[in-house]
Parts: sequence; structure tokens; C-alpha cells
Amino acid sequence: MVNTDLLVVGGGPAGLAAADTAASLGIDVLLVDEGRAVGGQLVKQTHKFFGSGEHYAGVRGIDIPKLLNREENSQRVRILTDTTVVGCYEDGVVSALTGEDNYFKIKAKRAIFATGATEKFLSFPGNDLPGVYGAGAVQTLMNQFGVIPGKRVLMVGAGNIGIIVSYQLLQAGVPVAAVVEAAPTIGGYLVHASKLARAGVPILTRHTILEARGKDAVESAVIAQLDDNWQVVPGTEEEVDVDVVCLAVGLSPVVDLLRQLGCEMKYVPELGGHVPIRDKNLKTATGWIYVAGDVAGVEEASAAMVEGRLAGAAAAAELGADKQEADTVISRCLASLDALRGGPVGEKIRSGIAKLEGGAVNA
Amino acid sequence: MLKATGVAGPKDWEAKLPDSQRRKQGPYVVFECFQEIPCNPCEQACPRNAVAIGEDINTIPCIDYGLCNGCAICVARCPGLAIFVVDETYAEGYGKVMIPWEYKPLPAKGDTVTAVGRDGKEVCTAEVVEVRNIKNQDRTAVIGLKVPLEHVNVVRGIKLGGEING
Repeated sequence: MVNTDLLVVGGGPAGLAAADTAASLGIDVLLVDEGRAVGGQLVKQTHKFFGSGEHYAGVRGIDIPKLLNREENSQRVRILTDTTVVGCYEDGVVSALTGEDNYFKIKAKRAIFATGATEKFLSFPGNDLPGVYGAGAVQTLMNQFGVIPGKRVLMVGAGNIGIIVSYQLLQAGVPVAAVVEAAPTIGGYLVHASKLARAGVPILTRHTILEARGKDAVESAVIAQLDDNWQVVPGTEEEVDVDVVCLAVGLSPVVDLLRQLGCEMKYVPELGGHVPIRDKNLKTATGWIYVAGDVAGVEEASAAMVEGRLAGAAAAAELGADKQEADTVISRCLASLDALRGGPVGEKIRSGIAKLEGGAVNA
Repeated sequence: MLKATGVAGPKDWEAKLPDSQRRKQGPYVVFECFQEIPCNPCEQACPRNAVAIGEDINTIPCIDYGLCNGCAICVARCPGLAIFVVDETYAEGYGKVMIPWEYKPLPAKGDTVTAVGRDGKEVCTAEVVEVRNIKNQDRTAVIGLKVPLEHVNVVRGIKLGGEING
């Protein structure tokens, strides 16, 4: 049994920020991550981040993990990579697996679950053909391993992920035939969309993919226009010559471990699906468990980092850190989240969180 | 239109230009930032404090054209690559447009490139007259293009091409 004051599950932006903050407040942390290195999705984010200085605005995502995993905290933060939490039990024991056969148990006084989100899929004929990718996989191949996914891509989804990955494909020298988006407007930041437009990539709102075609792999895709009721306009079908269909149609929080722990959930579409009920400091009703980042509601990485700091400080306060110091961090984080979510693009998140504050309904 | 295609129309971008008198006085910045998003690196980037966002980081930046001298430091600092610098006084019949650039190959001074508009469509050929790519730009180069004066607020990019982006 490994004993620790604070266990952080997941070493993405939220988990790293949580560990960094708790350690700065004098708490010993064990951070486990299933990846080969910490960073989560940051290791694929080659673009410069938005936000302000405290959110690492203007810094490329790939350069942020080392800022969150500081040498000065290395005595307090123990990191286990290639380590997957495989089970959580009623008595608070968490079991984990490093590599293929090193299975062990962890008992923590407090835990922060920062398990992130997983990609949604889309139903259409041919979606099982090789060449149909999730946007995360395309980013992993290109930005982590230097492998291009194919010769010409159809992107499905014009949220931030769809348009950013399209831009990264262009940077890797892979043409993007078009971005199709079922909604009438672009969901991602318009500045990202404008970069694609300048590169000559058409963004086709009110369009969807009907089918991926090919014998052994994707050879083309059929797209079509949608009407006001999201129905296909007959006669607008068009076959696009691509060997990759990349899906960027949204994310769902990864809440499986929290379910095992009996955390109360609520279905909030604005936050990506079922999310754990928690207070404003991200503490769940299962007292020793906190959440942070996409698992608490799908949002930008900048918000995930602030949530990590918030949960890290709140948990640290309960573990005996200096109350005043912790409170200072907590109030700064709450103000920072308000700033990030304060504008029109934060509307969806704000209304999602407002629903959560209504309490549990359909767990 | 902008929200459906990502392409700003004349009404959108004309509103972002300084007045005609200022335009005749040398290089000026054009912030093609049309949406309230939480972002403010441009405010700190400006050495002359010509960019104001203020307390709420979702506010669209406001430019004081009396202070802006078109130095283009902010161009590489904008995470959205939405800032350009235009000089309508560059040469007889020609202006200069500074654009952010994160593709390969990196154009070299003296190259002739195909300049494109906000929609990616070809506008004219242009000579590369300046390339800035210093360390603190963090891999966002800034390219100066000499273009006929009438295209100075139409050209916003370079056609992707060359060996890598062919």
C-alpha cells in the first residue's frame, strides 16, 4: 500500500497545476498518469494559448508542462507515468497499474481526479474504415510522433479542436479539403477560423458528412448541406476526394472512476454530459475527492489549469497547509475563472455551472 | 458571414482601420479581432501602451492610433494571428503589409510570392521585403509584403506552396 497525503489522478493541465499548487503550499503529492510523459493533451498543442499572463497566454501548449512541473517542487511531487488507475473502492483504496504487471494500491487522505475527457464519435456509413480518425489521434500522430495521417483530409466539426487541428494539418503540409459543421455558425474562436480561411480552406457551416467510401480504407467522403431543421437538402450531396476523415465533434468527461467511488453526477449538456456535483472549490460530496479540468465539465485548457490550482489549494488547506496562503490562492483562482468565463464565449459554461448548482437530478 | 465562414467582410474590417488622415502618416496596426474572447497578450506586447483591453480580458482591444507607430511587435504576440500592420506610405504606388506566418517554407527577403486575401483567394504577386523571426516571437514569423497600394487592406496572407505545403 502506498500512502500519500494527496493523490492526483491525471497529469494533464488540471492535474499538473493541482500538484504544483499543493506542493507550493507544502503538501506531498503523488501524481499518476497513464501516458509516457505528463502533459496530457498539452503535449500536442502546438498553438499559442489565449487568456492572460496567469493562464500562460501567448505560450505554446507544448511548452506549458515544464512550467507546471517545476524543479523547485520536485521534492514534494512524486510522478508515476505509464500508471493507470484501474479501480476505486468504497473504503477509499485506489488501485493502479504501472506498465503491464506492477499492480499496487494507494491510500490517500485527499484525491483530485483530473481524468480529462474523451472524444465523441459520429454515426455514418463507413465510419469503421481505416482513415476515419478522431482529432486527438491525428494530433498524437502528427505532433507527438511526426507521422502525417494521410494525403488529404475532411474535417468534421468547426469547434476549436476541429479548426486548430485543421491548421496543424496545413502546417504539416497536409491539405484540408474542407471543414464541415452542422451548426449554422462556427463554434470555435473566429480568429482560428480566419487563419484557415486565409489558407483557402472552406469552412462549410450547415453541412454534414453522410458517408465515408472506400474498399479497404477511406477513398472519398460524401458531404451535404443541411436545412434549418438539420435535415439534408436533397441534391446537395457532393463527393470529396479525401483519404482521411477527421472527427472533432465534441468531448465527454471521463467520469468512470468517480462513478465507482459513488460520486453524485448530473447530466449537463453544456458541460459535455455527466459531470460530478461539487462545490465552488471543486470538492465533491464524497468528502475526500476533488475534481478539476475537463472531467468537471469540458472547457479550454486555460480554465483546466486554474481549476487544478483551485482544487490543489482547497485540498491543501484541508491537509494542513497555511490557511491564509491557501485562501489567497483560492480567491485568486475564483476570480481568474470568472475572468475566463466572463465573456460571450463563456456563456455556455456559465449556464452549465448554474445548472449544477441546482443540485443532483438524474444521476 | 464572418461567423459562418471565418472570412471578415468589408464592413467588419473597414471599421478596424484608423481615419484617413492617420493612414497617410505612416505604418498603422489593424486588429482583425472581432469576437470577445478571453485574451490579452497584445496589451502587454505594445511598448507604447497603444493597446487597451482593461480589467475584463474578454474586451475587444482598443487602439490609440496617436500612440501606435506600426512597429509590429504585437503581430507575433497575438495567439489568434489576427494582427497586421499596414504602411500606405511605403513607396510610390505601393504599400507594405506585415503578416504573421507559421508555415514552412519560410519566405526569404527578395522572394516573389502570391498574396492572398482573407478568403485565401489570390490577389496579386508580392515581393517579400522583410522577414522577422527572432527568438522572442517564438516561431511566429512576421513577413513584410510590398503590394500595390489598392490591395494594402485586402492582402492578408501568402498562398501556401513550396515543397512542403504543395
